[in-house]
Amino acid sequence: MKRLAGTLLLVVAFGGMLLAQNALLINGAGATFPYPIYSKWFDEYHKANGTQINYQSVGSGAGIKQVTEGTVDFGASDGPMNDDQIKAYRAKNGTGILHFPTVLGAVVPTYNVAGVSGALNFTPEALSGIFLGHISKWNDPAIAGANKGVNLPGNDIVVIHRSDGSGTTYIWTDYLSKVNSDWKDKVGKGTSVNWPVGLGGKGNEGVTGLIKQTPNSIGYVELIYAAQNKVPYGSVKNAAGTQVKADLASVTEAAAAAAKTIPDDFRVSITNAPGKNAYPISSFTWLLIPEKFKDTAKREALKGFLKWAITDGQGAVENLSYAKLPKEVVDKELKAISKVQ
Amino acid sequence: MNARLRWRKLVSGFMLTMTGVCALVAVSILFFILGYFVYNGGVSINWDFFTKLPAQVGQPGGGMANAIVGSAKLLLLASLIGVPIGFLGGIYLAEFSGTKVAFVVRYAADLLNGVPSIVIGIFAYALLVLPFKHFSTFAGSFALGIMMIPITLRSTEEFLLGVPRALREGSMALGAGKWTTIMRVVVPAAYRGIMTAILLALARVAGETAPLLFTALGNQYWSPGWNQPTSSLPAMIYTYALSPYEDWHRQAWAAGLVLLGLILMVNIVARVILSRGIAVPRS
Amino acid sequence: MSTSSINVPSAGPIAGSRSFLSRLRNGDEVARLVTFLFAASVVLTTVLLVYELWIGAALSRHKFGLAFFFTRVWDPIAEQFGALPFIYGTLVTAAVSLLLAVPLGIGAAIFLAELAPQKLSDPLQFFIDLLAAVPSVIYGLLGVFIVIPMMREWVQPALKNTLGFLPLFQGPVYGMGFLTAGIVLAIMVIPYIISVSREVLLSVPRDQREAALALGSTRWESTWKVVVPFAKTGIMGSIFLALARALGETMAVTMVIGNTPTISSSLFSPGYSIAAVIANEFTEATGDMHLSALIELGLVLFLLTFILNGLARLLMLLTTQRGSGMGHA
Repeated sequence: MKRLAGTLLLVVAFGGMLLAQNALLINGAGATFPYPIYSKWFDEYHKANGTQINYQSVGSGAGIKQVTEGTVDFGASDGPMNDDQIKAYRAKNGTGILHFPTVLGAVVPTYNVAGVSGALNFTPEALSGIFLGHISKWNDPAIAGANKGVNLPGNDIVVIHRSDGSGTTYIWTDYLSKVNSDWKDKVGKGTSVNWPVGLGGKGNEGVTGLIKQTPNSIGYVELIYAAQNKVPYGSVKNAAGTQVKADLASVTEAAAAAAKTIPDDFRVSITNAPGKNAYPISSFTWLLIPEKFKDTAKREALKGFLKWAITDGQGAVENLSYAKLPKEVVDKELKAISKVQ
Repeated sequence: MNARLRWRKLVSGFMLTMTGVCALVAVSILFFILGYFVYNGGVSINWDFFTKLPAQVGQPGGGMANAIVGSAKLLLLASLIGVPIGFLGGIYLAEFSGTKVAFVVRYAADLLNGVPSIVIGIFAYALLVLPFKHFSTFAGSFALGIMMIPITLRSTEEFLLGVPRALREGSMALGAGKWTTIMRVVVPAAYRGIMTAILLALARVAGETAPLLFTALGNQYWSPGWNQPTSSLPAMIYTYALSPYEDWHRQAWAAGLVLLGLILMVNIVARVILSRGIAVPRS
Repeated sequence: MSTSSINVPSAGPIAGSRSFLSRLRNGDEVARLVTFLFAASVVLTTVLLVYELWIGAALSRHKFGLAFFFTRVWDPIAEQFGALPFIYGTLVTAAVSLLLAVPLGIGAAIFLAELAPQKLSDPLQFFIDLLAAVPSVIYGLLGVFIVIPMMREWVQPALKNTLGFLPLFQGPVYGMGFLTAGIVLAIMVIPYIISVSREVLLSVPRDQREAALALGSTRWESTWKVVVPFAKTGIMGSIFLALARALGETMAVTMVIGNTPTISSSLFSPGYSIAAVIANEFTEATGDMHLSALIELGLVLFLLTFILNGLARLLMLLTTQRGSGMGHA
C-alpha cells in the first residue's frame, strides 16, 4: 500500500515536471497595486504564446528587494527605487536597473461607516489628521465640514494601513508629505513607514479585507480593489481646490502634465498634480527590469511582453479602472526597451 | 456527618465535575474545528478545485491543482532529505555510538526540533535562496526536511533500541556481520514503528507555512522541476484567507478541509498502529 | 545506556593495530562511518543554523547593542530598529494563552488521569493528540473568520462593559489584537499541557493517593493537595513546553494580531510578535540593517525557545527521577 502511494507520488511529481518543462517560466514579484491588471495580462499573454510569467503579489518593498538580490527575474513597484536603492542594485549586480511604467492607477480612501454608502468628501487636512491620529472620531468637524448633510456617527476611527513594504503606501505617504508638513517631518514617505496609528493589513488585498470586516475603519487601497469589492471610497480635494473622485479621466489628467516632461528613467511622482480635475493621489506603476539579462530566452520574452503590455495590453486596463499610459510615455518607453541587453 | 465534611464533599464533587468540563471543552474544540471545516469547506470542494489552476485575480472559479501537486512535491523531496539523515543517524545512535557522541547528537536533534519554523525558513533562505538567486521547491523541501530530521532520528533510535537483544545475538551467532544484522534483522523488526513515525513527521511538516514563505514563494502555474518557485496548499490558504474576494475565501476553506483531512487521517492511522503495539515486535 | 551495542568479534583487541584502510574493507566499519557521518550532519546542521543566525544579526548587533532590547522604535526609513514592541507582543500573547490554557489544561489532565476510567481516558487523549496535529495556518483561518468577528461583536464589548475599569480592557474594539491572538494560541497549546501533565500525573505512585484517602481526605483533596504537588515539576515542564510553542507560532498569530508594533496596556490593542514581523517583513527588508535587525529578532526567538525547551526537559527529567526514586511503601 505504501509502495503504491510512493510510486503514485513519484508519477505525479515527474508528471508535473514534464508537463511544464517546455514552456518558459519567468518569475517576478512585487506590487499588489497593479496585481489585478498584471494577473489579467500575464494570463492573456500566456494564452497567446505560452510564456508563463509567474507573478507573486508580495508588495513593492519585497519586489525591490528580491530583484536586487536576483532571486526573481523582474520586480514591480509603485514606489520608484530611490537613488540609494539603485546604487545598491548596481553594487550587488554590476549593472543598472530600469523602470518601465505600465499603467496609471489611483489610491483611494476607502471606509466602512455604518449608514454611509456614498462617497465622502475628504480634504488633505482631514486625511493627514486622521492618519496622524489627531482626528479620532468620524463626526469630527474636519470631516463633517466637507460632508454637510451626511450623518456621520461619533464612533472612533479605525485606521488601517499596510503591514508590508508597499508602493501603495509610498504613493499615499508621498501625497501626505506634499500636503502636510507635519506628516513630512514626523513620518515621511516610503514603502514602509512608522505609522502613528492603525492596524496593518497585508497587501492591497489584506487592507480591503480588513476594511470590509471592520466597522468604522478607513484605509487606502488601489481603486480597483475598492471597486471590485464594492467598498465605498471617497473623493479628495486636489491642488486646484476641486473635490475629485478617482476615475479614468481624473487620473489621466493627473499624468498629463508630467507626461511631457517625464525623465529618461521614468521615475516621477504625479501626486497632488496640477489640473482642474486631476485626481491628486494618482501614480504610475513600474516594472523593474535589469539592464543586463543573462538568459536570452527570458529577456526576449520579457521585452516582448512589455512591448505588448504598453501597446495592445492597454486595451484591457480601463475595464479594471486603471488609466492608459499617455502617448508620450509609451513612445519614449518603446525606445527605452532596447536598453535591456 | 458534620457541616464541614458536607462542605468538603461538595467542593470535591464540584471541582471534579469542573475537571470533567475542562476535558470536555478541550475535546470539543477538535470536533468544532472539524465540523466547521466540513461545513464550510465541503460546499466548496468540487472537481474544479482539484484539477484547475488559479483563475485571474477577482474572477471566480479556478482551483488549486498546482498547489496540491506543489505540496506533494515539497513533501516528497523533504522526506528524501530528512528521512535518510534521521534514519541512518538513528541507526548510528542505536547500534554504533558511545554515550558521549549519542548525547551530543540527541541534544542537537532536540535543539533543532524546538527551533521555530520561521527561523528555519530564515536558515533555508540564507543557505539556498540567496546564493543561488532562486526561490525553489528545493529550498522549501530543505526547510521541511530539516524539520523532519529530529522526529525521524529519535523514533528510529527508540524503535531500534526496542528490538530485543535476542534477535541480534541470534543473528550474530549465525555468523552475520553487524551491518547485515542491522539491515536484515533489526530494522525489519522495527520497520513498522519507524514508518509510522516518518508518517507523523510528514503530517507535521505538511501543514507548515512559515518556512515556505521565503523559500518556495508561490506560483500560479505548474512548477517545472525542482528549481522554480512552487505553490503549496498552506501558502494558498494563507493568501486567500487574507484577501477580500469571497470566492477565494471559499477556496481557502476547501483547501483547509483537504489539508486538515489528510493530516488528521495520517495521524489517526499512525497513532492507532503505534498504540496497538503493532509497530513493535512482541517477543 | 545503549543495551544493544554488541561488540562484533573482529573489533577485539587486535582491531586497534589494524590500519584504518584495512578496517574500512570490513563492511561494518564502512557502515559505522557512513551512519556516523549522517548523525554528525545533524549536529552540523544545527551548528550551521546558529552560525548563520549569529552572522546575519552581526550588523544589527554591532549598531544597536543591548539597546536593541529596550528601544520601542521600529523605523525602516530612519534605520532605527528596536525589538521592544515585538518582545512585548510575544510575551503578552504567550501570557494570555497560558492564563487560559493552564487551568483548562491541568483540569482536563486531572480528569483524564484521576477520574476517567482507562476506556474513556485513552480515546480522549487520542483526540487531544489530534488537536496538536492541526497546522498553524488552519488555526489562522479559523481565527480570521470565526474568532475575530466573535471577539469584535460579543466578547470584547462584553469585557469592556463589565471589566472596563481595568486598563486591560479599555480602548477601541477591533476584533484583532493581543487578546484574540492569546486565545488562538491558548487553543493551540492546550494539547501539550494536557498530554504531558496527564502522563506525569499517571506516574505518581498509587500509595500517595491512597495514603491521603486513608487519612480521610475527599477525592478532590487527595488529588489537589497530594497528587498534583507531587507532579508539580513535571507540570511546570509541560507549561514551559507550551510556552516555547506559543512563542514560536507564526501563521496563526500574524493572521489575528493586527501587525502593528504597538506597546499598549490594553489587550484589545493590535500588536506584533517576533515571529509575525519576521514573516511579514523578511522578504522585503530593503536595507541591510533592516534585514540584520530581523535576523537578530530570529536569534532572540531561537534563544528564548532554546532556554525554555531546555528547562522543560530538565524539569520533566527531575519529575521522573523523583517518581521512580520515591514510592516505596
